Amino acid sequence: MSGLGIENISMRFDLPNGGSVQALKNVSLHLEAGELMSVLGPSGCGKTTLLNIVAGFLAPTEGKITLNGHQVVGPDAERGMVFQQGALFEWMNVRDNVSFGPRMKGQKPAEYEDNVNHLLEIVGLGDFKEKAIYELSGGMQQRVALARCLANDPDVILMDEPLGALDALTREKMQSLVLRLWKETGKTIILITHSVEEALLLGERLLVMAPRPGRIHKEYRLPFADLGVGQDLREVKKHPDYNATREEILAMIWDMEEEIMGRTEATS
Amino acid sequence: MTGFLILLVYVAIFAGAYFAVKFLVRGARKDFTSLKTVTFGDESAVVSNRSASIISILTIFLIWGAFTGSKMVPGFLQAPGPFVGETEFVYTLDDGNGNRDDATVFVRVYDFGEDAAQFDVAPGDGFAKDDSLSMNASRSKTILFDKNDEVKRKEGAQVIAIDGQTIGPNIDLETDKGRFALTDKGAISYTPPLGVQMDPVYLPPPEAVVSRLIEISSEGYRGSDLLTHLGYSLFRVVGGFFFGALLGIPLGYAMGLNGWFRGWFDPIVEFMRPVPPLALIPLVIIWFGIGETGKIILLFLAALWIMAIAARSGVSGVRITKVHAAYSLGASKWQIMRHVIIPNSLPDIFTGARVAMGVCWGTVVAAELVAASQGAGMMIMVASKFTLTDIVLMGIILIGVIGFGIDMLMRWAERVLVPWKGKG
Repeated sequence: MSGLGIENISMRFDLPNGGSVQALKNVSLHLEAGELMSVLGPSGCGKTTLLNIVAGFLAPTEGKITLNGHQVVGPDAERGMVFQQGALFEWMNVRDNVSFGPRMKGQKPAEYEDNVNHLLEIVGLGDFKEKAIYELSGGMQQRVALARCLANDPDVILMDEPLGALDALTREKMQSLVLRLWKETGKTIILITHSVEEALLLGERLLVMAPRPGRIHKEYRLPFADLGVGQDLREVKKHPDYNATREEILAMIWDMEEEIMGRTEATS
Repeated sequence: MTGFLILLVYVAIFAGAYFAVKFLVRGARKDFTSLKTVTFGDESAVVSNRSASIISILTIFLIWGAFTGSKMVPGFLQAPGPFVGETEFVYTLDDGNGNRDDATVFVRVYDFGEDAAQFDVAPGDGFAKDDSLSMNASRSKTILFDKNDEVKRKEGAQVIAIDGQTIGPNIDLETDKGRFALTDKGAISYTPPLGVQMDPVYLPPPEAVVSRLIEISSEGYRGSDLLTHLGYSLFRVVGGFFFGALLGIPLGYAMGLNGWFRGWFDPIVEFMRPVPPLALIPLVIIWFGIGETGKIILLFLAALWIMAIAARSGVSGVRITKVHAAYSLGASKWQIMRHVIIPNSLPDIFTGARVAMGVCWGTVVAAELVAASQGAGMMIMVASKFTLTDIVLMGIILIGVIGFGIDMLMRWAERVLVPWKGKG
């Protein structure tokens, strides 16, 4: 069985005071190879927990993750991660960061050099190979993180709010870049975001999660990601369905937030 | 008195220089900071004033020179010094039966360190004879005036006036020739005017320290030359720090990475950390004696806990996303150690190393003060026992310079080796 299988995942954390938190409950879904899925939900809905389980950093209390037929038991190079920020190694220059994966596999520079240079060209950092990480802007750093992940040629790329810390303009450019990389490399991508617009634009499939317990609330299949490849994203936003879907999802999340707030107020 | 005057002069120079610099070099700066209107409370707008630093250092040497009669300070800046030269005073002797006679004491006051040679004077008339007195500046001297007189103190003779002013067993006299007092047995104790300069025993002038430095550099002190003394101190610091780091860094790593190690060593490290290394000196002397072994073990103990704690916090400080990222890129545990945890901890380790070197330098000097046959601390301790203040001052200055040099060296190494510090 190919693709990424998330099979009936539940996650419960025990608290020191004896209680427990149900972070995820019976989450199941399947991603075919090459699918791009964005995950959206209010804070506390367990989307980062889900991503950590898929990455192998956490073991679920129930259920299992399978990738191309075998079960996931820990972190592995087949599942790459792109974090919000601060995951680059500032003691290495840009090129050494990007070539980290191949080097850890014991590849010789001759084996990975061309690929690393090519990826740096794609993300527009061809002239910054020797720069230190802390000399780059936030947007450039995230492009290094993308290139570093791709240099390792993973089957699945997991992105945990990769553009969350960027300013609006940089963010828009980076969204186009993510779409382009997705199309060019054909990777399976799961992208977590707080932004409804980003989830719409970068989600071939869009998963809305609900909190307490964390669960799948609704799933969409959207045309915008495909439209956005090779096209200005502002044009995509003019699509007649775009605004309607956006309003629908916003209302959905708004209701969830209100429910949480109401519950908190009632208990306090 | 002198101390108060020095403080007053210092404050006056501080304030005077401020206004002088303010009005003389006004408007010289035209950078961005100079355009800020809010400077009070904006730390970044506070730029260390280079002129102030230069004047500050010059002032210290100026005051030092002016109050010690340094030849390097021009005469008009000198504080009034102790009296040097020739003077005389007249004492009036009562023979106990109401007969009085005057006699003169001729005084020659020599500079500090000069040989106060005796000299003879003609005895003069009457039963009280003239006397001679030779002495060094800033000193008091008792004159047994009656040695050549025809009546002795034992026979009831006593001094009743100096230069016509009454003096007695309980009446001291302060004139512009100096201070006069009578001892319990009736001899005259004379102190020429002291001035406000520091006594060279307490504070020698700068050139004395410099000449002592040259002398000890070439001739050595207590059987070893200057470089040997300083070399011993540095060798002990480097040796102790080396072994402390050699054991402390792996220990810190183990404590940062493994719960058993942390649980096992936490109580020991947390207990030993607040114990000042100086408090260990007596124990180390009992166990290992005053030789090199004891010194290096003491410094090893001083550096060990600092380095262990620095390495531990370096490991704990690694962002979990970096570790996660490395695992997702296929790195093994060993590769994560080598490529993520160790480089990430280096800034903390360098900070720890700087602290440890500072503590070791302080500790070695203290340990040498207590007991050593070579070393900077031993040098100044022995010198102080002989009131060789110039050697003590020279030693303190050298210890300061070396301590500063060590810190600069560590900062430089930090800048070169861990340029990513504070930029993660």
